Amino acid sequence: MFDIGIGHYLTLGAIIFTIGVVGIFLNRKNVIVILMSIELILLAVNINLVSFSIFLNDLSGQIFTLFILTVAAAEAAIGLAIIVVYYRNSGTIRVEEIDNLKG
Amino acid sequence: MVTASKNTVHSVFFLILDFISISCLFILIGAEFLGMIMLIVYVGAVAVLFLFVVMMLNVAQQKNQWFGATSGSKHIPVGMIVSVIIFFELMIVIGGWKLKPDLKNEFINIGTNSVTNTHSIGNVLYTDYIHLFQLSGMILLVAMIGAIVLTFRQRSGLKRQSYIRQISREKYEGVELVDVNNKEGVKIDV
Repeated sequence: MFDIGIGHYLTLGAIIFTIGVVGIFLNRKNVIVILMSIELILLAVNINLVSFSIFLNDLSGQIFTLFILTVAAAEAAIGLAIIVVYYRNSGTIRVEEIDNLKG
Repeated sequence: MVTASKNTVHSVFFLILDFISISCLFILIGAEFLGMIMLIVYVGAVAVLFLFVVMMLNVAQQKNQWFGATSGSKHIPVGMIVSVIIFFELMIVIGGWKLKPDLKNEFINIGTNSVTNTHSIGNVLYTDYIHLFQLSGMILLVAMIGAIVLTFRQRSGLKRQSYIRQISREKYEGVELVDVNNKEGVKIDV
């Protein structure tokens, strides 16, 4: 058996971050999935902070993770509200049809 | 799976699975408070919020068109390249870093074994980080008010009860004395 070290947690964080970036770039469906990808990226950041905080025995990382959690929840609520309003106005939230700013 | 599944509802469920797994990991490495908070906040609140919005917007049936899209799939290889580059950069960073040997001595050792994780977080959070804590409370308040204001919709053509008009109604507005002639009746204008 090998020990689960900080490297494993960092690798997991990197993989989840990359999944989030892939989800933002390759999304062709709707904006909700993009919001979920942003949540994934924030989750990866949280994993990094918590693993460093545990393995270095310093508590600040967990405090900051708590604040990131707060801001992520607020951001999800605001983003979903914006999506609801946009859907009410235009009837679609498909990514390629959102081009109001294109002129 | 969050990004690749065809159905948005399945994406939300995979997101929930992801959060549960990560919170289990947090609990396993000793950050019990954060694991539990993540379980409550994300699985209990955010995921339900996502599910509600998916249900309200009725987009679950839209099919995911990944490759072979109709118009302009130029950004897909670009996205792939960017993602692969980011992933390998992160891998190189993770593989290449070393801790400074005396790094552990530079931090204050707050979490001793006699104090639980939640206790030590509370000790620090309400003393050193009290301003950030209150600021996060304000952020939550602003987010709540913003979400309500954004999605609030005043429907027109809806009959509502207006208390102030009801109370301030006078007798001469509603009642009219009419002389009724014989055999003619009264014509009522509304």
